[in-house]
Amino acid sequence: MQYMVSVIDDTAGLATPDEEAAIDVFNDRLQAEGHWVFAGGLAAPSSATVIDNRGEEALLTDGPFLESKEYLAGFWVIEAADLDVALKLATQGSKACHRKVEVRPFL
Amino acid sequence: MNAVDGREAITRAHHEEWARVVASLTRRFGDLDIAEEAAAEAFATAVERWPADGVPPNPGAWLTTTANRKAIDRIRRENKRGDRQQEAQLLYDDDPPEPLGVIDDERLRLIFTCCHPALAMETRVALTLRMVAGLTVPEIARAFLVQEAAMGQRITRAKAKIKAARIPYRVPTAEDLPARVSGVLAVLFLVFNEGYLATGPDTDPVRHDLTAEAIRLTRLIRALVPDDGEVAGLLALMLLTEARRTARVSASGELVTLGEQDRGTWDTALIAEGHRLVRQRLAARVAPGRYQILAAINAVHTSARDVRDTDWSQVVALYDQLAHLDPSPIIALNRAIAVAELDGPEVALAAVDRLEHRLADYHAYHAARADLLRRLGRSQESRAAYDKAIELAGNTAETAYLTRRRDQLG
Repeated sequence: MQYMVSVIDDTAGLATPDEEAAIDVFNDRLQAEGHWVFAGGLAAPSSATVIDNRGEEALLTDGPFLESKEYLAGFWVIEAADLDVALKLATQGSKACHRKVEVRPFL
Repeated sequence: MNAVDGREAITRAHHEEWARVVASLTRRFGDLDIAEEAAAEAFATAVERWPADGVPPNPGAWLTTTANRKAIDRIRRENKRGDRQQEAQLLYDDDPPEPLGVIDDERLRLIFTCCHPALAMETRVALTLRMVAGLTVPEIARAFLVQEAAMGQRITRAKAKIKAARIPYRVPTAEDLPARVSGVLAVLFLVFNEGYLATGPDTDPVRHDLTAEAIRLTRLIRALVPDDGEVAGLLALMLLTEARRTARVSASGELVTLGEQDRGTWDTALIAEGHRLVRQRLAARVAPGRYQILAAINAVHTSARDVRDTDWSQVVALYDQLAHLDPSPIIALNRAIAVAELDGPEVALAAVDRLEHRLADYHAYHAARADLLRRLGRSQESRAAYDKAIELAGNTAETAYLTRRRDQLG
């Protein structure tokens, strides 16, 4: 079973060197214990472009699809047997990156 | 066999077997929704058949087998294309359910799933009442003053989340157990309180089915963690409260306060068991948690043969200890009510008035003020406070009591 662990941020700053180091340690653990699928950090929401190609012509909009104080700063995709395992990992992830995280199962 | 016996047997079976049927189906099919629906269908079939055919020798086994068949029929209907591998797993299993061990594992699994911390508190309570206690959705909706459709939706969403997010169906590991048990206790305490002071214009003032179920489930948790002080404390608190149930509402349906209750009608067996638990916890010499302190307060009250014999200084000391753990305004309010007996209503009123900004919407705050003002002879202010308390109170017996008190003011 795979879960998306989204990192929710409300500050403009990127991860500090200490946070980076803690994230590396956490990532190593995910890999060693077989939970790792994928992970990545995202550039600021202001760097986003929204595309809508449902109509005749693709429409490009500068900026994120949702303007909000809190935004997605990065994510992990993890492999876990059930929600208890996923929540435990996400709890450690939140500590490592020093931000709130949201856990959501893949279909 | 007559129809009345059949109906009684069904009521009893529902009480005793509902959770076990839901639990064993959940384990087999890994789906709460299928388990709940099939269990409900099996009981509906029993309602049709038992009065005519007679009650089967082992009602629990009959219900489980019938529910299993209903569940398999539903899964087959939904998988018409016929996945052979899945089909092979769906053999009818007519063996009687396994005999119960010391600990009723099936129901415990169900409780821990329904009380999972990834679910909102109100959802946990609703789900526990539906899946474990077997209350219907309309009953739960009524108990919490929520529209039936909204309550149905809340339960449906919860079942969908449990399935989609794969909330595990098991008793937590030893490492997680203390935290998870404490989450379950919070749910059971809410269920008990709702039973003890039922809200809602059309419900009985005391819902014995809810208090009894909460006690039953707390006993089950206690069997799992016999050394947990807070589980023992909550059980003692419930028993000492339940012991006063019949004295608490008068024949005319009015709330009877602790001081005015006929103590001769209290249930001595429940009180003895509650006192035994409290003594055990005192002997353990471990710093007590909030349920243990609340149980100790109730032990002081139930030790007094007459309200005038109550050791109020002990009660206030216990509230001080509780306030240290939990500085909530409700605890402060209850402490002030005890202070009135020790230091008089004037001192107590000053303490109560300090809570106004935090408890202005809480009926018990206004009821406590009304009573203190009445004792101080400040009738007009007392009347206004009673009005406010009546406006906010949700329990029919309490409203009746407050109304009489107000109307007796000179």
